[in-house]
Amino acid sequence: MQTSIHFILGDQLQTISHCSPTATVLDYLRGQTSRKGTKEGCAEGDCGACTVAVGRLENGKLVYKAVNACIQFLPTLDGCHVLTVEDLQNTDGSLHPVQQEMVTRDGSQCGFCTPGFIMSMFVLADENKDPSTSEVEDALAGNLCRCTGYGPIVEATKAAAGQVDHAHWRDEIAERLKNIQPREMVSLAHDAGLYLAPVTSAELAQALADHPDATILAGGTDVGLWVTKMNRKLHKIIYTGNVSDMLDCRETETDFHIGGAVRYSDLPQDLLDAYPDFAEVLRRIGSRQVRNLGTVGGNIANGSPIGDTPPLLIAMDAQVVLNKGGVLRDMPLEAFFIDYGKQDLQEGEFVEAIIIPKPRPDWQFRAYKISKRFDQDISAVCAAFNLRLVDGVVQKARIAFGGMAATPKRAALTEAAITGKPWNEDTATIALPALQEDFQPITDMRASASYRMGVAQNLLLKACAETSGSKSQTRVLSLSEAT
Amino acid sequence: MNTPKTAKMDSIKGGIRTRLAHESAQKHVSGAAVYTDDIREPADLLHLYPYTSPHAHARILSMDLSAVETAPGVVAVIGAADVPGTNDYSVTALADDRVFSDQLVEYAGQVMFVIAAESRAQARDALALAKIEYEVLPAILTIEEARAADARHDAPNTVKRGDAKAAIAGSKHQLSGVVSNGGQEHFYLEGQISIAHPREDGDILLQVSSQDPTAVQDVVSRVLGRPSNTVSVEVRRLGGGFGGKETVPTFIAAITAVATHKTGRPTKLRLDRDDDMIITGKRHAFYNDFSVGFDDDGRIKGIEIDFNGQCGNSLDQSMYVVNRAVTHADNCYFYENLRLTAHYWKTNTVSAVAFRGFGSPQGMIAAELIIERIARYLDKDPLDVRKVNFYDTSKGRNTTQLGNEIQDNILDRLIPEIEASSDHATRRAEIDAFNASSRYLKKGLSLTPIKYGIGFGSNFLNQGGALLHVYADGSVHLNHGGIEMGQGLHTKVAQVVAETLQIDVDRIRVSATTTEKVPNTIATAASSGTDVNAAAARDAAQKIVTRLTDFLADKHALPKDQIVFLPNRVRVGNEEISFNELAEQAFFGRVSLSATGFYKSPENNFIGSPLQGNPFRYFVYGAAVAEVLVDTLTGENKVLRVDILHDVGKSLNEAVDYGQLEGGFVQGMGWLTTEELVWDEKGVLRTHAPSTYKIPTASDRPDDLRMKFIDWGTNVDDSVFRSKAIGEPPLCLAMAVLNALSDAVSYVADPATFGALNAPATAENILMTIEQHRRP
Repeated sequence: MQTSIHFILGDQLQTISHCSPTATVLDYLRGQTSRKGTKEGCAEGDCGACTVAVGRLENGKLVYKAVNACIQFLPTLDGCHVLTVEDLQNTDGSLHPVQQEMVTRDGSQCGFCTPGFIMSMFVLADENKDPSTSEVEDALAGNLCRCTGYGPIVEATKAAAGQVDHAHWRDEIAERLKNIQPREMVSLAHDAGLYLAPVTSAELAQALADHPDATILAGGTDVGLWVTKMNRKLHKIIYTGNVSDMLDCRETETDFHIGGAVRYSDLPQDLLDAYPDFAEVLRRIGSRQVRNLGTVGGNIANGSPIGDTPPLLIAMDAQVVLNKGGVLRDMPLEAFFIDYGKQDLQEGEFVEAIIIPKPRPDWQFRAYKISKRFDQDISAVCAAFNLRLVDGVVQKARIAFGGMAATPKRAALTEAAITGKPWNEDTATIALPALQEDFQPITDMRASASYRMGVAQNLLLKACAETSGSKSQTRVLSLSEAT
Repeated sequence: MNTPKTAKMDSIKGGIRTRLAHESAQKHVSGAAVYTDDIREPADLLHLYPYTSPHAHARILSMDLSAVETAPGVVAVIGAADVPGTNDYSVTALADDRVFSDQLVEYAGQVMFVIAAESRAQARDALALAKIEYEVLPAILTIEEARAADARHDAPNTVKRGDAKAAIAGSKHQLSGVVSNGGQEHFYLEGQISIAHPREDGDILLQVSSQDPTAVQDVVSRVLGRPSNTVSVEVRRLGGGFGGKETVPTFIAAITAVATHKTGRPTKLRLDRDDDMIITGKRHAFYNDFSVGFDDDGRIKGIEIDFNGQCGNSLDQSMYVVNRAVTHADNCYFYENLRLTAHYWKTNTVSAVAFRGFGSPQGMIAAELIIERIARYLDKDPLDVRKVNFYDTSKGRNTTQLGNEIQDNILDRLIPEIEASSDHATRRAEIDAFNASSRYLKKGLSLTPIKYGIGFGSNFLNQGGALLHVYADGSVHLNHGGIEMGQGLHTKVAQVVAETLQIDVDRIRVSATTTEKVPNTIATAASSGTDVNAAAARDAAQKIVTRLTDFLADKHALPKDQIVFLPNRVRVGNEEISFNELAEQAFFGRVSLSATGFYKSPENNFIGSPLQGNPFRYFVYGAAVAEVLVDTLTGENKVLRVDILHDVGKSLNEAVDYGQLEGGFVQGMGWLTTEELVWDEKGVLRTHAPSTYKIPTASDRPDDLRMKFIDWGTNVDDSVFRSKAIGEPPLCLAMAVLNALSDAVSYVADPATFGALNAPATAENILMTIEQHRRP
């Protein structure tokens, strides 16, 4: 059992054996290390002013990810390299290319968001020497700026990327990180509670059996807000991020097996290629910072009615594998969601894996996310359509919606209304009233009930247009990117 | 005396009209720029956390705070009883903005008291221990409810010309209806924050994120019951302001001042983002009833608009804001007969405050939406309707609603230029063709002009001050009354001083704005920062130049015209001396090298009530052409291309000015599209964090944004080197995006019923509008 955590901050090894399990990285940076460059803008992972770069060894390779320090808990940095805006200048005082280009192109005005942008730019430039505008915009979607209008920042990012060369220190950091990788369960005790980070699912199951009152922490993009926004006191935390067998993805002939602790940004490319609409909705879940921490397992386990992956996974006919005390059970994902805030999850049980069927012949998959803003927003409605079409006739339909009910839910009556029918606009139109039977959505700050229903019905028409041979353009984003 | 090496340099570094980077750019990108929360904390600092009302309107029957007071780390609970002076931070001194509201609460989120503890977490943890009983009172939450109850802050204010009603009735066509816009959260990235430090004799120093340190000083003086000379306020920089830090920080600072007064310890109040959005005011929403009469060309013969501004629970600056909507209700259009009325509605919501534009955008959007409706009604291109309504000196159509002749109208040159540069006519035809063949996706296009008045209506606000020291080594220390909030004010002011002294700008250091250096400042607001503060700094620099000239003329027995300030040096007769040497000589020659500077703009004849006279020094003009793509199945949309042609007079610094242009435009786009404030049926704000309130992200910026300043600009007003203000006008250019969205919708909507989208044009608003007006 390891009783302290180690990470490299800048070039200094930090060892912590005593800290609150829910101390945030941001409070640590601003408070204990006096790194005031990293700012708090929202304390909920939505503005990016607190963005820092976290380097991890992935299969021996050092990979940096931008994360929101405000909602990441300090103990989860175990084994990582952390860089903040203060670390980027060269020893001679000259600026890093992403910093210099921001100065040259007038990328800062009030400057408060700038350190966060700099770190997102740093990470993008580290991995991509020639990013396109849309790749830059995607990398910066989690950083809000209220002054500049973004143009100079996007240009600075593109200009800087090609100049970035981190070779002179990357190898050394990678070597140093090898020495501090967590190889066994971490246990940090603190007056305020307990932090456990098991490294196998068996250990995780045992830890949960020993501490049934503990909170399971995956990416923390939801749990972090319980602490920062709801001021909840979570005394015991069990972290899944080091559970090696839950970080694995593998493929069989028929399925993708996704470990319960796999972060969105680590989902296998084959899965994204197989389901392009899944990839596109995924791209629009939170921001890069959020996807670098958040997990599909967490998105399922927390049971939110507006989580984006569940409706898609339900339409794909995914299975969820649960583990309690080492005893596994699986079920169709749609059966997992019972009611608002209620999942078929027992005390001490956790989501060990998700099994996603590969696309089958004759099936067409479409998914849509409707929100006020394209990037980094929470869905008003999320819809997924998986249709088996043979000779223009709907043989089978799996249609699921988020944001339309207390849980992610299939549109059973709508499915029935189109199954066995020729797949065309008339069929879809005739099925529209069934959708009103399937769902009675609510009005809230994201959308009115009538918009939710209206757009849901129109998405059925859109899915129909896209899968029944219509030649009309249907997507604003793909058309605007093409022009 | 010899000829220095720099003699060959024929210009200074960083003078006016150079693209000088923001003075703090290097610090911004390296994390070294210090914001208020980054200032090293004193060891005995207490942290404050506010307790806010859960009800929109309630009387407090009892408060049991005993458990709060004894909670771990809690040192004090501070409320109205602890205020030694007046429990009021209102800008009007109407006492309708209480620092602590522990008897009556008038909006959900109103601060009742604050908890002071050794740590912020301890103060926050203690909130849950308060036991409070309320008598919930009926609340007025919307303008409709306020109108039904006739809940006004003040009597309406009307401006008239001719008989509008008769002119409308006598017109060939009439239209009436409601044009509206939502509010807007400032979403400065740095939230509200104040630190109060006790000093000897009970004096106090406040470090505040404020656009108006003198207002903070005034309010804290009032609240503490002490003279202004015991209260000092210091502001180095803001992490964004946008008007949200004009009056609100007086409140935040007053809380810390009272807490420090009570505890004798330094105190800090830094609002959590959600608290900030719930507690502090936003842009005014407007729901305007209009009636308009026009001819076959769309020429407006008579117009009536009732500007119904939602002012919230207190007046704050709302009268000026709603009045400014009236003074901008013409945008670029001549109204032959008019009646424009300002109404100041009182609701149990947070008090609406200043926000970039200060009512002007709301007035202008009303004009634009009415023009759009006229065009749809007549089935004309809205651009043609705009053109027939433009102010025009040659046709006796040049008098504003306030009775002033426009002196500087350049739209007759600017509009044809942008029509040509944006290929407006060609693209209109292309869009027609695209929309004819695209079933679900429709494009829209709009050319929308702006005319924006610069200057405060109240004369006393049009003044600026500065303090300039030249040290004996020739380096310069500069202070002025303006606040650096990202807009590059310090950069521009330093450039003006560099130009005046003819020294490199890096010899000039602008430090924190403080009431101890420059007193009686006005808010950095109304786009006036450069106009008044750079002018004041220039005045100070000119005084130094005069003294140095006199010194040299005297010393060398030369006429003054033989003393010429050249880049970083001065020619004295036939010889040259470096500026640095001159400074040293002047010191030894016992010349005062410190000067105050002052500026006041020419007196205007504006009267606020009734509205008449000219409140403006000059107008800023511009136009934008926006092209959008709308998904008519979902309302989702994307701005494809925007061309902007804008007037900034003779720019002092194009790097800074383009930054304001683009930033203002995108912020305006957010206001008119994705930014939506939602209160629930109990008056509780539901959009109180970036998770629910959506300002633009990088990808919302138009894919193709082409910005240009007119290269023939100047200023009829004797402004600083003939520059024009840039802060607010660009926000209004975003009206082109809203109008383009309406244009796209018009391709699927029934022209008999669809007029224009009201703001904000969220995807929901767009789809619901389409569904309501879809062609049969």
